[in-house]
Amino acid sequence: MYRFAERLAPWLAILCVLTLAAGLYLGLVVAPADYEQGDSYRIIYIHVPAAWMSMFVYMVMATSSAVFLIWRLKIADIVAVASAPIGAAFTAVALLTGSFWGKPMWGTWWIWDARLTSELLLLFLYLGYLALRGALESPQSASKAAAILAIVGVVNIPIIHFSVEWWNTLHQPASITKFDKPSMHISMLRPLLLMVLAFQLLYFHNLMVRVRALILQRENRASWVAELAEKNHV
Amino acid sequence: MTSKKKEGPVNTGEFPSKQTVEFARGQRHDASAGHLCLRFFQRDLRLAVRSTGQWLNPLLFFVIVVSLFPLGIGPGPATLATIAPGVLWVSALLAMMLSLDSIFAHDYRDGTLEQMVVSGNPVSVMVIGKVMAHWVTSGLPLVLLSPLLGLMMQLPSAAYLTLVVSLLLGTLSLSFIGAIGAALTVSINQGGVLLSLLVLPLTVPVLIFGSSAVSAVASGLEASAHLSLLAAIATLSASLAPIAIAGAIRIGVAASR
Repeated sequence: MYRFAERLAPWLAILCVLTLAAGLYLGLVVAPADYEQGDSYRIIYIHVPAAWMSMFVYMVMATSSAVFLIWRLKIADIVAVASAPIGAAFTAVALLTGSFWGKPMWGTWWIWDARLTSELLLLFLYLGYLALRGALESPQSASKAAAILAIVGVVNIPIIHFSVEWWNTLHQPASITKFDKPSMHISMLRPLLLMVLAFQLLYFHNLMVRVRALILQRENRASWVAELAEKNHV
Repeated sequence: MTSKKKEGPVNTGEFPSKQTVEFARGQRHDASAGHLCLRFFQRDLRLAVRSTGQWLNPLLFFVIVVSLFPLGIGPGPATLATIAPGVLWVSALLAMMLSLDSIFAHDYRDGTLEQMVVSGNPVSVMVIGKVMAHWVTSGLPLVLLSPLLGLMMQLPSAAYLTLVVSLLLGTLSLSFIGAIGAALTVSINQGGVLLSLLVLPLTVPVLIFGSSAVSAVASGLEASAHLSLLAAIATLSASLAPIAIAGAIRIGVAASR
């Protein structure tokens, strides 16, 4: 697995940089300005991929936690640990860019919109997961306890999402002037999909780097790690 | 008195005490699941009744927090009436959080949890008894006191029944959901803040449906949909949470070795 991660990481990095460059170029330069929102809609190319990734990473985390609890695969636990901070970062980016976008569009930095609120709660779930990991001293129990928390969280996410959506429509149905999303023109959609791909690659690249570091850290007594360290004169 | 004492784990200096060991093992072969659950329920109830602070402190906390709101926001009856459902619900939620720590902390320290795990009986069943006892000692008093606080918060009188029913269903879910967090943090010193950090995001649906049921009735609407959803959440958490709690307790006990 270590070798696999080592081999894969540079390729993912190259691909990620290429798609990022292409996506940003198409998105920021080639795509036309929106007739309603002007140029400020372009933040979508960061915001939407980040928001998608925030949920995707949590699913990866919960799935690998379940795999870890059921089959006791150590690598699944490592994937879950490595994913958590990345996912939290994506969530924070989605919230921040959302609020930058909200200022010119809705006239306010923050609004208790259903999606915003559930994204915020998702961030809390990530932070709780990280805090629990940090607080438990023995690594085995930290892994298992955090895995249970991740699974409890994933059961709860749909309930939280729908309750928040319902709460919002119940209280302030028309006060949010959410712009109607026109079916996107292909010249705007293409860069968006490219950016989504780029963010995926960014995640997997980060994941591989972190997984490598964690394997080395955990197996620091193993002989192959010692050989590796000797070879690189560490 | 002495005969009663034998049933609870009264510590006599040994660690874990003999009574604790005997108690947690139960009658391993002839005890049915329901009996096992009931035993833990009775035991925890008795322990809670004997230590007044355990059930009284969250209740006082609830009263004080609710009475801080008029001081902070202003005593205007119209304002208070509109925020009353939310204030009552949030305060009840916080009071429940405060009492969660005590579900497992004591039993963890005196070895009862460890005996539960090694007894060979299903941990999830014993846990149900413990959580129910927690609900009766810290959820139910809040529910019973809530109409009085509703009166102080100028809640319209039509909403009292809904307030009580929604809190009844809601605090039950909160006990079960919160017990997951309490079990996960049992081996951590000063896990109280962490416990709230883990549990509070998970309690959002209960809070939303509970407080909106009350405010719906207060503004003259039906609340049966909200209450049904609250009941659904209570059923779901009471049936799924014990599995997670049992898993978390096993981990916590293993961590202490």
